[in-house]
Amino acid sequence: MRSSRSLRPLAPVALLVIALALAACSDPQSTVDPQSDFADDIQFVYLLTFWLGMAVFIGILALTVGLAFWYRERPGRVAKQIHGNTRLEVVWTLIPVVLVVIMAVPTWQVIADSSKPAPDDALRVNAVGRQWWFEFQYDLDNDGEYDDLVTANELHIPAGRAVTFSLLSDDVIHSFWVPQLAGKVDMVPGHVNDLWFTPHEDAVRAEAYLGQCAEFCGTAHANMRFRVFVDTPEGFDAWVANQQADSVAPADEQAQLGQELFATPVWTLPGGGGGILGCTGCHTVAGVPGAVGKIGPDLTHVGSRSTIAAGILDTNFENLVAWISNPDREKPGADYNDDTARFMPAFETVLTREQIEAIAVYLLGLQ
Amino acid sequence: MATVAGTMAAPSAEGVVWSWLTTVDHKRIGVLYGVSAFIFFIIGGVEALLIRAQLATPNGGVIDPELYNQLFTMHALTMIFLAVMPLGAAFFNFMIPLMIGARDVAFPRLNALSYWIFLGGGLVLTSSFFLGGAPDTGWFAYAPISGTAAYSGSGMDYYVIGLLILGLSSLAAALNFAVTIINMRAPGMTMMRMPIFVWMTLIVAFLLILALPVLTVALVQLLFDRQYTTSFFLPSGGGDPILWQHLFWIFGHPEVYILILPAMGIVSEVLPTFSRKPLFGYAAMVFAGVAIGFLGWAVWSHHMFTTGLGAVPRVVFATSTMIIGVPTGIKIFNWLSTMWGGSIRFTTAMYFSVSFIALFTIGGISGVMHASPPVDQQQQDTYFIVAHLHYVLVGGAIVGIFSGLYYWWPKMTGRFLSETLGKWNFWLMFIGLNMTFFPMHFLGVAGMPRRIYTYDEGLGWEFWNLFASVGAFILALGVLIFVINVARTMRQPKTAENNPWGGSTLEWATSSPPPEHDFDAIPEVRARDPLWYDRDHGLSQPEGDPDEHIHMPPPSYYPLVLALGVLMLGIGPLSHLAVTALGVPVIIYAIWGWVLEPTE
Repeated sequence: MRSSRSLRPLAPVALLVIALALAACSDPQSTVDPQSDFADDIQFVYLLTFWLGMAVFIGILALTVGLAFWYRERPGRVAKQIHGNTRLEVVWTLIPVVLVVIMAVPTWQVIADSSKPAPDDALRVNAVGRQWWFEFQYDLDNDGEYDDLVTANELHIPAGRAVTFSLLSDDVIHSFWVPQLAGKVDMVPGHVNDLWFTPHEDAVRAEAYLGQCAEFCGTAHANMRFRVFVDTPEGFDAWVANQQADSVAPADEQAQLGQELFATPVWTLPGGGGGILGCTGCHTVAGVPGAVGKIGPDLTHVGSRSTIAAGILDTNFENLVAWISNPDREKPGADYNDDTARFMPAFETVLTREQIEAIAVYLLGLQ
Repeated sequence: MATVAGTMAAPSAEGVVWSWLTTVDHKRIGVLYGVSAFIFFIIGGVEALLIRAQLATPNGGVIDPELYNQLFTMHALTMIFLAVMPLGAAFFNFMIPLMIGARDVAFPRLNALSYWIFLGGGLVLTSSFFLGGAPDTGWFAYAPISGTAAYSGSGMDYYVIGLLILGLSSLAAALNFAVTIINMRAPGMTMMRMPIFVWMTLIVAFLLILALPVLTVALVQLLFDRQYTTSFFLPSGGGDPILWQHLFWIFGHPEVYILILPAMGIVSEVLPTFSRKPLFGYAAMVFAGVAIGFLGWAVWSHHMFTTGLGAVPRVVFATSTMIIGVPTGIKIFNWLSTMWGGSIRFTTAMYFSVSFIALFTIGGISGVMHASPPVDQQQQDTYFIVAHLHYVLVGGAIVGIFSGLYYWWPKMTGRFLSETLGKWNFWLMFIGLNMTFFPMHFLGVAGMPRRIYTYDEGLGWEFWNLFASVGAFILALGVLIFVINVARTMRQPKTAENNPWGGSTLEWATSSPPPEHDFDAIPEVRARDPLWYDRDHGLSQPEGDPDEHIHMPPPSYYPLVLALGVLMLGIGPLSHLAVTALGVPVIIYAIWGWVLEPTE
């Protein structure tokens, strides 16, 4: 009993460490809360390296502090003139060698496992990184064409079934990362990278798994986020059915006006200094004639997504109005590069507040 | 003293400013490097404080994303190329000739040229803030974002030119020090009797000589992509952005050892002196350093584990990276054993060196963790990496450099830094850097990517970000105490004797500060740790005649003129190519004068 009492002062420290560790697990973007087979494998190697590292750290720290304290200058102490000790030096050459082997073998194993091709029945998705949002293109009928369903910044996948991503980029290097589901893999222009994993059966939940671009990609890199929803197989099928349908018709007069404004091909700038493309120049809304733009996100079901602007704004009326009025104010960099015409202009320069509100109402209705 | 047609007379020794502008004395050049690098260190620190101010709270509004991206890019470039590398160079310059018992480096004018080119490169890089914006794509400048004006600002041109100029400076200095160390050692100083700091400098010199050409090639290709529409790295024209990453990291990983080995060398001098016993396992320390130098070339792709390398390269580079843990472990155990059985005198220099062991170990352990590619797939580009690299570069390199500053200050100036202020300096820096960088491990594990100027609340990142920001200001306060300590010491009398700490190496055999010619008589080396050998065997170093005239290289204008010409070459692509054209005659004139300059 004596030993446990002497350890008692350490209890608060131990509790604090455990609390911190648990807190890290519950963070929404935690890297140590694995919810797929691949994330489990990573977690195994991580914990192995973590505990080995902790043991080495505590050992070295204890030796550093202990030796420094023990051999401090004291009256009568004379330093021993030692130049080395071959046996000791061989021992501490071998200790790191053993630790390296312990870490290397499981590492090789996980690399080999994650490099196997995805199973044939895996769900196939193209993930395309763009400054500064993600597009997801599904190949549901397994015909090699990723044209069955297109969405942006929000991805639904079924639990318990493998999903394999082809990672692409249209402009600069981005990185696809949903920590709880998989380690990151870069999206490199000119290359096709692969990533596959199987979400756990019990990974189904209503809230999204948070993802974020992890390779610096320019002004709005910090605001390039995405969400993954892990559904039950039935829930996933229902989501697919809804997403594959054409857009719903406007529900009321204001939304009707919104759709007309949305479909206007070109707006003339006040004062006649040229014009800017209307919404359909860049955005697709299936079922609306002429709305076939491919530059910006597909908006056919934008109202069904929980966020807009690559995961930085909740989908609601106020945010949509603010975004359409001046995207750059909400997400600096959104209209950064005018000459590539790939960024969204501030429509408050050509539309009235009422007109923008009508478009927002229309988009919100696109469930 | 006749002058050849078209050359300038040798500068007279009069006039303080001119004497510094034309000096070829390795000690004065060391001081120039040290002062310039310390100013850049302050600038890099201010950049870091602005970053921490922005990240202290979620959705922070201190600076906008464009400026933020410039700041994190310039913070890295400033600290790596303009602070830590030249602070290392300051020690090389001041200490190496003294430690090997020489009167100067092999090529004194080349040494001055290295400094002036370094200063020019540093000014080009830093001036970009005021000339259209600083580089803004991160210090590793991944193509294609770095490769065309559509994705990045004009600052990237300053990046390319600045690094090309700085590379020239480092290359010249590296050749100079390799030649000096190999050829100019005092009689009796065999390679295996050299102080470890000299060994580490030699390894760094070879790393620089081999690594910089790779960076130079890559930078020229990047410049051509940006300005002359080639497509080495641009997929739009058939190039490959991954090629840039390979070239950059073949330079970039040895660069890490270029930054840390000098600090390891300093610690290997300080620990034995204040433990009052020889370095434990000298030969193992040398070979571990050499092994790190070699292995440093075989690990570059561990920076690229997430780029889609195949399974085989990931296995190979994971293994080679982990193996670096072996020589590193040898070094750590040998430092600890150096303290074992000693009678340790705890000066400020010793505080820094002892803390180096623990802090560098933290950076080493986290490094071995993400040597495993699966683990790296979670940690790459997160704050876990930021924590790792700062434990290596601040807890390692900077702490080692501060140890060296306190250790060699009396030798360099003849004055002692205050030990009381020194302890304050140490503890504030120690607490500050741990408060700043340790929580970054937690942030990385909680999924916070690096290089983001903003983050939302509710992700569990608020507390540790605020904590780290507070720590950064405490760290800065520690540096401020050092500046005060230096200012205070300058008004003190020169009280330092030749060997105030009881050191074993040759620099302690001459006066503090040393005379221009370093040693009245060339020292004799009879063993490793020569001054302790002399002490234990009742021997002494040869006494010279202080009044004897010792011929030293005269000051010269030409290093300055040649550096100006090189600077003009670089400024051309940033302004008008006519400046480059004008630079050519300046360079030709400087070389003409340099070659024909009388040496009497």
